[in-house]
Amino acid sequence: MDIFAFEFFQRALAGGLLIGFMAPLVGMFVVLRRLSMIGDTLAHVSIAGVALGFLTGAYPLMIGLLFAILAAFAIEKLRRAFRSYAELSIAVLLSFGIALASVLFTLGRGFNMNVTEYLFGSILTLSAGDLGLVAAVTAAVALFVLVLYKELFLLTFDEDAAGVGGLPARGLNIALTVTTALVVSVAIKIVGALLVSALLTIPVACSLAVGKGFRQTMWIAVLYAEAAVAAGLTVSGIWNLAPGGTIVLLLIALLLATLSIKRGFKI
Amino acid sequence: MDGKGSGAGMDCHDCVISIEDMSFRYEGVDVFEGFNFRVLQRDFVGVAGSNGAGKTTLLKLIVGLLKPQKGRILLFGRPVQEFRDWERIGYVPQRLALNPLFPATVREVVRSGLFSRKKMFRRLTAEDHRKCEEAMQALGIADLADRRIGKLSGGQQQRVFLARSLVNNPDLLILDEPMNGIDAETQEAFFHMLNHLHQRHNITFLMVSHDIDLLRTHLGGEPKMRFGKLNFYIRHSHELEDCGEENLTHTLRDWRGRREPQARAH
Repeated sequence: MDIFAFEFFQRALAGGLLIGFMAPLVGMFVVLRRLSMIGDTLAHVSIAGVALGFLTGAYPLMIGLLFAILAAFAIEKLRRAFRSYAELSIAVLLSFGIALASVLFTLGRGFNMNVTEYLFGSILTLSAGDLGLVAAVTAAVALFVLVLYKELFLLTFDEDAAGVGGLPARGLNIALTVTTALVVSVAIKIVGALLVSALLTIPVACSLAVGKGFRQTMWIAVLYAEAAVAAGLTVSGIWNLAPGGTIVLLLIALLLATLSIKRGFKI
Repeated sequence: MDGKGSGAGMDCHDCVISIEDMSFRYEGVDVFEGFNFRVLQRDFVGVAGSNGAGKTTLLKLIVGLLKPQKGRILLFGRPVQEFRDWERIGYVPQRLALNPLFPATVREVVRSGLFSRKKMFRRLTAEDHRKCEEAMQALGIADLADRRIGKLSGGQQQRVFLARSLVNNPDLLILDEPMNGIDAETQEAFFHMLNHLHQRHNITFLMVSHDIDLLRTHLGGEPKMRFGKLNFYIRHSHELEDCGEENLTHTLRDWRGRREPQARAH
């Protein structure tokens, strides 16, 4: 398998493995707080940022990242405005993101080529600079989760108890959403905006079926994601398939296999 | 074991919770208006009321999760907003709010009782871990430590949450509908366990429940106070201080030692 000799493939693999590491770490909290759709929303707003980046000649991934962070704050604000319809804030922002992106993309017709790249991912075009950004974000996310693991666990498990313990629930919520925004905006490069929430949620769905404790479930989710990324990138490299789609299809295959094996053992 | 009169009005003990002329409106409805209430040290207060009577709102106001529009709330003599000693408060949540598929072991849940603001950015110490193991042993859930909490029975889950609330040796224990979804026999055992703690330790209890009969049975006859649709039952305990054991979990272990034959029977 000579694809491993290519530098672009090595970069893709490194970037993919970094994202495969941090996406489930954050995904664990996102899924268990019933916010699975947040990944999609942040991704769609992030895409608008990417479009703006292209339009203005700025570094698209960075503008996408800023947009995702802004969206994270907007979700928190809107969530308070529509207290009893938390999902409404997500729906509004999701539409806003994709609407803005489509307008911006058509404003600068010249870069139509890049639209699919960001909608469906283009990990094989990962530059050294991109890889650096992914590595920096991974370090920040890992640090955040490790340092605040206890507090994030309690916030996720029992928000009221976190409040009674005097934890700054609002601050932690915002920090978690911003961290999710970071993950999503760089993960767009690998699986694309349309599939990004798959990396956050499906590994967690797999590990929820097997893990007992929280810590254990979190690390099993990372294993699932890394396995799917490594295998998916290799397979797509060899047969020239879409890398993002291949990874997500593999994850879903893993989920189905996990569930049926588990059921098989039970009966 | 009989109540020795109302806690309110007796000043032999310090005020644990004091609510002064509080008003709280939520979505245009006056939930509380000009509400005054005091909980003294070593009171066992039961708040009964139907759904929507404001029980949970009251708890949230007391722990500062909601802010009253008027009046003030003091915890251990300090305004809630300035209160920092959160580890003095143990909290037992509504068990039914638990997502049965949540991936957390019994040990992880009990440990989370230690995660207060003061522990932020800090690692748990060996002493912390020891406290958790002791709390689990005291409540007879040590052998379940590595099980997923969602797989346990209602009564076992309740013990897990009680163990969590006790790891810090709290001065105030707040219980939100602790008896929901638990069969009568287990409820009885659970209440006995609470009574035992109440008699032997310097703990103040605040429990809300929709089950008026339950509170009436355990806290005695008539409510000491009514406010709107809420009934306040108060029992005060004076015996004590002679328990000898400082550590809560030790007392519970003795208590379980005596009851174990009975407990095994279920």
